[in-house]
Amino acid sequence: MTTNTLRLEVEDFLYREALLLDSWRLDEWLTLFTPDATYGVPAPDAPEGSFEESLFVIADDLPRLTDRVLQLMGNEAWAERPRSRTRRMITNVMIERETDDGIEVWSNFALFRSRLDKISVFFGRNNYLLARAEGGFSIRRRRAVLDLESLQSVGKISFIL
Amino acid sequence: MSIASAGQQGTGSTSVRPWVVEDTNAGRFDVRRAAFTSNIVSDEMLRVFDKSWVYVGHESEIPNKNDFVARIVAGRPVILVRASDGSVRVLQNSCSHRGAEVCRESRGNARLFVCPYHAWTYQNDGLLRGTSFPDGVSKGFDRKRMGLKSPPRVETYRDLIFMSFDRDIADLPTYLGRAKEILDLILDQAELGMELVEGTHEYSIDANWKLLIENSIDGYHAPSTHQRYFDFLNRNAGSVDPGSARFSRGIDLGNGHAVMTGDARFPRPVALWAPMMGERAKPQIDKVYARLVERFGEDRASQIATRSRNLFIFPNLIINDVQAITVRTFYPVRPERMSVISWALAPRGESKELRKLRLESYLSFLGPGGFATPDDVELLESCQRGFANREAEWSDLSRGMSDAEPNALGEEQMRAFWRQWNRMMSAPESQASEIRI
Repeated sequence: MTTNTLRLEVEDFLYREALLLDSWRLDEWLTLFTPDATYGVPAPDAPEGSFEESLFVIADDLPRLTDRVLQLMGNEAWAERPRSRTRRMITNVMIERETDDGIEVWSNFALFRSRLDKISVFFGRNNYLLARAEGGFSIRRRRAVLDLESLQSVGKISFIL
Repeated sequence: MSIASAGQQGTGSTSVRPWVVEDTNAGRFDVRRAAFTSNIVSDEMLRVFDKSWVYVGHESEIPNKNDFVARIVAGRPVILVRASDGSVRVLQNSCSHRGAEVCRESRGNARLFVCPYHAWTYQNDGLLRGTSFPDGVSKGFDRKRMGLKSPPRVETYRDLIFMSFDRDIADLPTYLGRAKEILDLILDQAELGMELVEGTHEYSIDANWKLLIENSIDGYHAPSTHQRYFDFLNRNAGSVDPGSARFSRGIDLGNGHAVMTGDARFPRPVALWAPMMGERAKPQIDKVYARLVERFGEDRASQIATRSRNLFIFPNLIINDVQAITVRTFYPVRPERMSVISWALAPRGESKELRKLRLESYLSFLGPGGFATPDDVELLESCQRGFANREAEWSDLSRGMSDAEPNALGEEQMRAFWRQWNRMMSAPESQASEIRI
């Protein structure tokens, strides 16, 4: 398989993932992850930090991510009741490397969120470690690295970035 | 006893109405919602912030000579710097010439700050080293008098650095008063002192800054606002049962400071284990506890480890020792918007495993992506929107007024803040402009 074909396959996977998130089909989205998966959003002033040593905004392993989804789909996550409307643009997909660990991918994102007549814009790069799975890929690592200098303009991250 | 003091002194005007009405006999404590909506930010700056000790930063942020951080503290851009002589300085980040910020990086190491506008150059103790094209200076120009401004008072309590613009204010330990005892219960958890963990939560809330004070020391809202968090604990074997004799207090510490404290119902890195932390963590947490007993005896060790404490230091510092320790400060940008910055405080030299547990615990509740803070932000913004119904003139903070020892589900700790804020905002003061409602 050429890199180009792989990239097209990965792009297709990322577009479908974006659609699941924007459609709030979070249960389906969770099935994309491997049991050892992590989902992280670093603090804007420590974008290269580690879960072990740096304060992140979000640093989930799969059990905690699963609970996050359960909360968001329930009735008590006031910050997302009513839910945010989101639309994310995924571009500049680049295959960084392919190793025994999986395929490392970078993509750009621009995410527009509308809620209670306020509009927030989240933008940055997503870093993925993907594993080959039946019929496509599964996610071993997903890290959303914001280009925002701080969260002053967005306030909180109450949905899945 | 009735205290309905605000804004009435010396005006003789009936149009000026009290901010706060406290009537102990009637069990009434009302706060006028105009305090959240009217344009009194500049009065608050003059009467409250400039007459208090305000938290600037932590010694661990500037460990080496010439290290600096630049941030906005209570609305002012300042530079916190360890000068070349090793002393901790707070410099006001505004060129003496025409006002531009002389430091435009949020942190770094620099012996000199050079203003980009006309290249005036300052030493990191604030002295003006030189001006560009010095031939043209006027005869009376005195370089020695043209250094960067500094607040008249800068003092440190156990690595926490504060500044005050009130030259005559009591020294910091006196000002902190009884809040020191609570602070010590937090800071004593570290044998080698505390440090801020890398990574900052800096965010905004579209609500009045005083709502975050109320919220940060509000035990009453937890069961309803944060039910999702308690469900998370229950699903994941994270609940701690303190038993029937649960200790719980809301305390006015004087000078506007207050604390809400009680037996914790959640795990704590220092030092309260729950199965959610994992079996492997248990011996480590036990060891931390045993060391506390060695250092302080069983009673104080138990108090430090098994109770949580939400500490408010007047006027805008929260140090909550809860799922982990958060240092949070904030200031009004406008009446209906605040800027917030918070950090994780942790013992220096903590083991890698404990640090990881601490950060996991921190993020289970705290921060703009945690399982609780976003819902607090949501509800403060909801209060602010609700205030547009100005016919509903008062907020009720009377809960627990009839109790001899108010518990954390009461509102005594919030009343402590409001009493001090009200005193400062109501005192006749020639310097402050008139109170506008």
